[in-house]
Amino acid sequence: MQFGIFTVGDVTTDPTTGHTPTEHERIKATIAIARKAEEVGLDVFATGEHHNPPFVPSAPTTTLAHIAAQTSTLLLSTSTTLITTTDPVRIAEDYATLQHLSDGRVDLMMGRGNTGPVYPWFGKDIRDGIPLAIENYHLLRRLWREEVVDWEGKFRTPLQGFTATPRPLDGVPPFVWHGSIRSPEIAEQAAYYGDGFFANHIFWPASHTERMVGYYRSRFEHYGHGSADQAIVGLGGQVFMRRNSQDAVREFRPYFDNAPVYGHGPSLEDFTSQTPLTVGSPQEVIERTLGFREYVGDYQRQLFLMDHAGLPLKTVLEQLDLLGEEVVPVLRKEFAARKPAHVLDAPTHASLLAARTAADAEVSA
Amino acid sequence: MTRLVTVVTAGLSQPSSTRLLADQLAAATDRALRLAGEDVRIEVLELRDLAHAVTDNLLTGFPSGALADAVALVRDADALVAVTPIFSASYSGLFKSFFDVLEDGTLEGKPVLLGATAGTARHSLALEFALRPLFAYLRADVVPTAVFAASEDFGAVTPSGSLASRVDRAGRELADAVTGRARSGPVDPFENPTPFEDLLRK
Repeated sequence: MQFGIFTVGDVTTDPTTGHTPTEHERIKATIAIARKAEEVGLDVFATGEHHNPPFVPSAPTTTLAHIAAQTSTLLLSTSTTLITTTDPVRIAEDYATLQHLSDGRVDLMMGRGNTGPVYPWFGKDIRDGIPLAIENYHLLRRLWREEVVDWEGKFRTPLQGFTATPRPLDGVPPFVWHGSIRSPEIAEQAAYYGDGFFANHIFWPASHTERMVGYYRSRFEHYGHGSADQAIVGLGGQVFMRRNSQDAVREFRPYFDNAPVYGHGPSLEDFTSQTPLTVGSPQEVIERTLGFREYVGDYQRQLFLMDHAGLPLKTVLEQLDLLGEEVVPVLRKEFAARKPAHVLDAPTHASLLAARTAADAEVSA
Repeated sequence: MTRLVTVVTAGLSQPSSTRLLADQLAAATDRALRLAGEDVRIEVLELRDLAHAVTDNLLTGFPSGALADAVALVRDADALVAVTPIFSASYSGLFKSFFDVLEDGTLEGKPVLLGATAGTARHSLALEFALRPLFAYLRADVVPTAVFAASEDFGAVTPSGSLASRVDRAGRELADAVTGRARSGPVDPFENPTPFEDLLRK
């Protein structure tokens, strides 16, 4: 099982000090956080993509390539890549390049984005969100898998005799996850291709995630990629820890109360009971996280949101120490002990390459 | 077959004349449905009890606890009775917020009876210029009679007829809209998946 962190990349004022980081500070902090993730033994770092303030990550492959150059094992991913408003040709080229630079340490999570004006800024219409995600991703797959592509669709200028360069590393396209909070069409899409499905699992109750993941699993089996319990599932999550539970609650409360999205709404206590948010000791985080598999089944990837709502870099790095040193080692052991042998890990470049080599050998034998 | 009639009432005071009107409308609907041979279950939702949860839902995007149950009662209802006090020439903010947090399509084709209360009859047309367009937008099937009750209506027969006779007529109209029709409501996309080949072809 893979453990990691994902970031939205928001520039938010620290409500306890009134300090707002500059964009420069926020971007540099993102790099420090990613490096720390590898240092404390996490597997994955994923960045969001946004094209409006107060967010900084508009150029995810630039940031991820910079991180790739400063790390050696960390898997670089996205949370999410805007498949609706980004030209699939650019995605094919940018992420294939990143694959080469990082020696295959890349996968992607496709998402639609939920900021209305971003669509018209990029010449699209938000009402086409689902059709854009479907058509663009279908083209992206072909660009990575077919040397020469002839293509015509509704949303992009046609391609005649087009070859996306560079070709994917070793001819193996990056593994793809599809993220959606509430659209069954996207779970359907992930299931159809046998891709991974990632549930945000932050803003909505567990019962909602259970339904989305259950749907994806049954459709994964329907499309013949394996049994439902072999479908490839990732979950988000949100935690804040201190050794002493009361200290965690006291320190996190002002960030929670003023946070973007849910701030000034439910109390911290209500929200932790209604959603998977856990604020407490490392042991509490371990117990809550182990409980996730009771409603989504055995899953392959757990990402935590750690650096939002104005939390200072120093605090985020302390959180990563606790996560990497006290929480994840226990989770690795406990999840592994519970997982049946026929449920596989999430595909990586190495495993996809090995599978293709084995398939090629079978054909020639 | 038991028919579920869900009553949404947005009165804020205790006791509430809005609740009083809502109960009369529910009772009239119950009588008319039973006369038509239907079993009836009435569920009353006091929005005052859900006010915090409605605000939380506006901010977080999901209904919690009791509000989730209330939303399910509206979604699953065979008929809806919706009653609001008139504030500043329109429905109350709480009443509107509750309907704002429902999923798209929740009220599509659903028989709805509208009611409103206010201190004087000068507000009575708010039912027609504020509530009826809202429910038209939500694609509800609103019955022709909407019932307005001013404070004086609870004590007198006014020139436009007694409140009781309007309540009875409205209840009969709502019962007529319910009987003989299949339960409407949004199609559950999780139960009726669109095959991906169809999505690709669109």
